Amino acid sequence: MIPRPKPERFRLRRTMMFMNAQKPGLIKDAYIYGCDSIMLDLEDAVAENQKDAARFSLYHALKTIDYGDTEVIVRINGLDTPHWQEDIRVCVAGGADGIRIAKCESAQDVLTVEQAVEEAEKEFGVEVGRTLLMAALESPKGILNAYEICSASDRMFGVAISGGDFRKCMQTSPQHDGVDMLFARGQMLLAARAAGIQCFDTVFTNLDDQEGFEAEVLQNKAMGFDGKSLINPKQIRFVHQVFAPTEKEVIQAEKIVRAIRENAEKGLGVFTVDGKMIDIAFLPGAERTLKLARACGMYEGDLV
Amino acid sequence: MEILKPAIAGTLESSDAQVTVEPGEGGIELSLTSSVMNQYGRQIKATVLETLERLDVSSARVTVVDKGALDCTLKARVECAVFRSCGASAANIPWGGAVR
Repeated sequence: MIPRPKPERFRLRRTMMFMNAQKPGLIKDAYIYGCDSIMLDLEDAVAENQKDAARFSLYHALKTIDYGDTEVIVRINGLDTPHWQEDIRVCVAGGADGIRIAKCESAQDVLTVEQAVEEAEKEFGVEVGRTLLMAALESPKGILNAYEICSASDRMFGVAISGGDFRKCMQTSPQHDGVDMLFARGQMLLAARAAGIQCFDTVFTNLDDQEGFEAEVLQNKAMGFDGKSLINPKQIRFVHQVFAPTEKEVIQAEKIVRAIRENAEKGLGVFTVDGKMIDIAFLPGAERTLKLARACGMYEGDLV
Repeated sequence: MEILKPAIAGTLESSDAQVTVEPGEGGIELSLTSSVMNQYGRQIKATVLETLERLDVSSARVTVVDKGALDCTLKARVECAVFRSCGASAANIPWGGAVR
């Protein structure tokens, strides 16, 4: 039995890789790829007549395999299926770090899942509140209700758009410039930032189109996403590269954090660093850069 | 648990095992083939029998075709086959109880 430490609501989540929970060959060594989170899938990757088998396989994987620092999230079946309640029981009993709510369309969906999670935590003697939640927005209604979904529960750590289903609803297909989902991504980012949670982009499914993949990751970073869902380990490295801060950004962030702390002691609120006006509003961003830099192995100082 | 009808779980993919259970005539009759029989045959057999014992299965014909599954996979496949044979695999599984 591998006891997993209490999940952190806010941690680094640049890459979240999907794995079919029904395939032992995939889930037994999923941690070796170095993604920040793995997403064990009970939903679309598992055939309808294998949902039961996938849960047994998931339970023992969660209890037996040491995933180390890799976060373990489980995607459960939709609330319109007969599977989601047993999915929640097995996630909680096995000690998954978090649950991804598929096809989430309202705050009520989050609350329904939260209630079942709490019941399961009590049933299996797990600390109430331990299991985190995230929502996948897959429909126009989900996007329109993004803010109420993001702010529905203290367990919510993030929100993600699911491109396949969403594009189908919108009668569009993936475009190189991302125009097909530009508004939806923007709306979801606004909602996530307003609610103070993380925001993740959808998978890029054409593994032969490396150029298209890279363009999408760069756009994700520019738009302000925290990370991206992935379907193949070969996609991890590029996302980590793009989401890593530059050396110049790290040096600048270090200077800002130091200056804000020193000047606060002197009673100074606003001042300049390298000719740029700096005040307390720059602190969270600079600290975030340093945390990211530490995760990427670029910073070993003690400011964060 | 009583094996009521034949049931099967798992696949023949690498790192998996396919487990079939059928009603027995008293006692456990285990037939095992494995791609790693020489190295792990005894360990696999022990894991299958322990799992059946935990589920309180005392009479069954069990066929395991192992393709190099880890212990945790073997357990999962045996349990799933047994619960399927009782028509009880879809909900209210005793996670952490008989299944552990």
